[in-house]
Amino acid sequence: MSVPQYRKAAALALVAGLGLSLTACSTKSSDDNGGTDAAGKVTITVDCQPVGAQKELLANWNADVAEFQKQNPDITIKSVSVGEQCNNPPDFTARLAGGTMTDVFYGYMTDLQQVLDSGQAMDITQYATKDTVPTWDSVDPALKEVFTEEGKLYAVPVKNYSMGLVYNKALFKKAGLDAENPPKTWAEVREAAKKIAATGSGIAGYSEYSAGNTGGWHFTAMTYSQGGKILGEDGKKAAFNDAAGKQVLQNLKDMRYGDNSMGTRQLLQWGDLLTNAGAGKVGMFIGAPDATQAIVSQFQGKYEDWAMGPMPGQDGPAKGTLGGGEGYFFKKDLTPEQVKAGLKWIAYQKLTPGKGQLDYARAKPQNYPVGLPQPLLFTNGSDAQKQELELRKANANVDTANFKVFEDNPVPIVGEPRNAQAIYAVLDSAMSGVLTNPNANIDSLLKTAETKVNQLQAAGS
Amino acid sequence: MAIMTAPAVTTKPTPAPTVSKRGRKLRDNLTGHAFLIGAVVCFALFMWYPMIRGVVMSFQRTRRGETTWVGWDNYTRIIADPSFWVAWKNTFIFTIMALVVGYVLPFFVAILLNEFRHAKGYLRILVYLPVMLPPASALFLFKYYAYDPSDAGLFNAILKFLHLPTSEWMQSPTMTIPAMVIASTWMNMGSAVLIYLASLQNIPGELYEAAELDGAGIWRRIWSVTIPQTRLILALLAMLQIVATMQLFIEPLILANGAGTQDSATSVAYLIYQHGFFQNDLNGAAALGVIMLIVLAAFSAVYVRLTTKQD
Repeated sequence: MSVPQYRKAAALALVAGLGLSLTACSTKSSDDNGGTDAAGKVTITVDCQPVGAQKELLANWNADVAEFQKQNPDITIKSVSVGEQCNNPPDFTARLAGGTMTDVFYGYMTDLQQVLDSGQAMDITQYATKDTVPTWDSVDPALKEVFTEEGKLYAVPVKNYSMGLVYNKALFKKAGLDAENPPKTWAEVREAAKKIAATGSGIAGYSEYSAGNTGGWHFTAMTYSQGGKILGEDGKKAAFNDAAGKQVLQNLKDMRYGDNSMGTRQLLQWGDLLTNAGAGKVGMFIGAPDATQAIVSQFQGKYEDWAMGPMPGQDGPAKGTLGGGEGYFFKKDLTPEQVKAGLKWIAYQKLTPGKGQLDYARAKPQNYPVGLPQPLLFTNGSDAQKQELELRKANANVDTANFKVFEDNPVPIVGEPRNAQAIYAVLDSAMSGVLTNPNANIDSLLKTAETKVNQLQAAGS
Repeated sequence: MAIMTAPAVTTKPTPAPTVSKRGRKLRDNLTGHAFLIGAVVCFALFMWYPMIRGVVMSFQRTRRGETTWVGWDNYTRIIADPSFWVAWKNTFIFTIMALVVGYVLPFFVAILLNEFRHAKGYLRILVYLPVMLPPASALFLFKYYAYDPSDAGLFNAILKFLHLPTSEWMQSPTMTIPAMVIASTWMNMGSAVLIYLASLQNIPGELYEAAELDGAGIWRRIWSVTIPQTRLILALLAMLQIVATMQLFIEPLILANGAGTQDSATSVAYLIYQHGFFQNDLNGAAALGVIMLIVLAAFSAVYVRLTTKQD
């Protein structure tokens, strides 16, 4: 070929390549014929397949897919791993806005409003029955309610939690504290934090988030512990600029600057705090039981070091604690066959005692905890719950006594506010204010946050 | 005889060769057009379409999957956000500081490198090395090693060694922006230095010799020879630097985990991200994006007008 011919060939290849790329961009996530092939086999895509680094979890997932497909030869599950996107609100929002979610997609309980706003959620009320999910009648109605709007169900709950005080027993012992009797009030937390911080440099007696929405999330939990609320009854106005909200920030300010018991590094978000905890640098923080799983499996901590007490209250038992969780939504415009296939998969992998995430015999030898007090997906006293708890107890690989104080002192669970992630983003600023500025004005911080939340709610965003 | 004159007609250019010439011209340009299509389609898809879509979205509101026209609502709402003016203030302060430090420093580093007789290559690599680091990695280095607020942090250890007061860096509302400027300058200086160096090497040596013969010192040579000779490059880089620094985003995102202490790190670009991806408010984010576009376009227009007049 002469040089001009090469040029022409290159130009043609460029144009053809571009055309092909554009065609590829417009390809749908699953088959164009409603996910059903000529033989009547239904295909669905499902996200949040564990990433490659989580070898055992990934192997479990793949084994579950293989077994499920064997039991349901007319269904094909296409797993999609979206990496950290399953734990990262901005990535979730981006996928939602771009319409690139899988047919059955993971979301937080707090995501319902934005999924509805995006117009991509499917009403699955008529499909979620005992036929598709054998344990459906045993699933806690309160969890179903979280994913329900105007009587329509949009997602299946697959995990739930409530917060308490997570503490490092080894550091408690080192500080001369009673490791079997964790603090139950914020005053006791403050005293314990001082003693733990005094055990060595770089150790935070109590640690707290203030970035990446996690600060607002914990502000909410602590406000509930004070008996306060984030939004008023109608959900349209902020309700945290009151004595309860002020007390939350005052407690933190006192520990951070009055006692210097919260460490120097602030503006922490999820991974930052748990990294420090895994390194044995955190005495206490508020969290859910599965925080210990993250500390051990992702941040090299040890199960035997960690225990839980109830959420502390101001002068006595906490008046409330935050509860939340996760579920799987269904993309709009799926065929009834696809929805039913998706529900069957969720039922198998998430809601069947002895299978999938509740296969405790399989998890026991792996580096994942069995015996934590949560999740509690099934109604108290139901057959499914009895079966699940028996399996959990029989295969426990963590010392369940470490969570006894938490279980023996139940605190009323309060759900997350409507439009939670947007509100948490605003409240991060109030948390970072008291944790990084010794002269922070609590009234002003709360006033600013209140103005912003009122604007958010007024805009309906 | 009239018939005899007919052959003269044949000497005229016939329509057929004209078409052929046009066709050839078209064929000759076809390759160029094909190459052009790639660039045009890419620009149209990834630059112009999103821009137009952003403007349209800024006047709409999407709720429950339904999009409605809301006029200026998104603009009034975004301007009423208490973080709006804070973000603009932070962005302008960062831009000015980054201009003072990040624009002037590379120029003098380039002059210095240009003067070296030996190890020129090594020094250039040394200066350019930070540019080769992915920005996120470079910023994590600053975050965890240089700006650690405890005495274990690199900068605090140096300050302590020099018996100077230490700082909480990204956790201090007053130090947040200077700390971002330092990191940003360190990361981006290399490219500017190389461009300045190339420009300096185009200055005829006789000009410096003549200036030296006239008794000009180093500062006088810089002022009277170097700056005028590199004026165009200086002007271009100034505009690029301002446009780039006003889009400050990755520094607050990584160094300050977003907004920093009480919005001390919130930039306009970060506020767009916060509205779009944390507050489920893509329409508000689009409105803020349009405001930013207008400010940058206005600045660029004024700048181009001023520099054209000077020329």
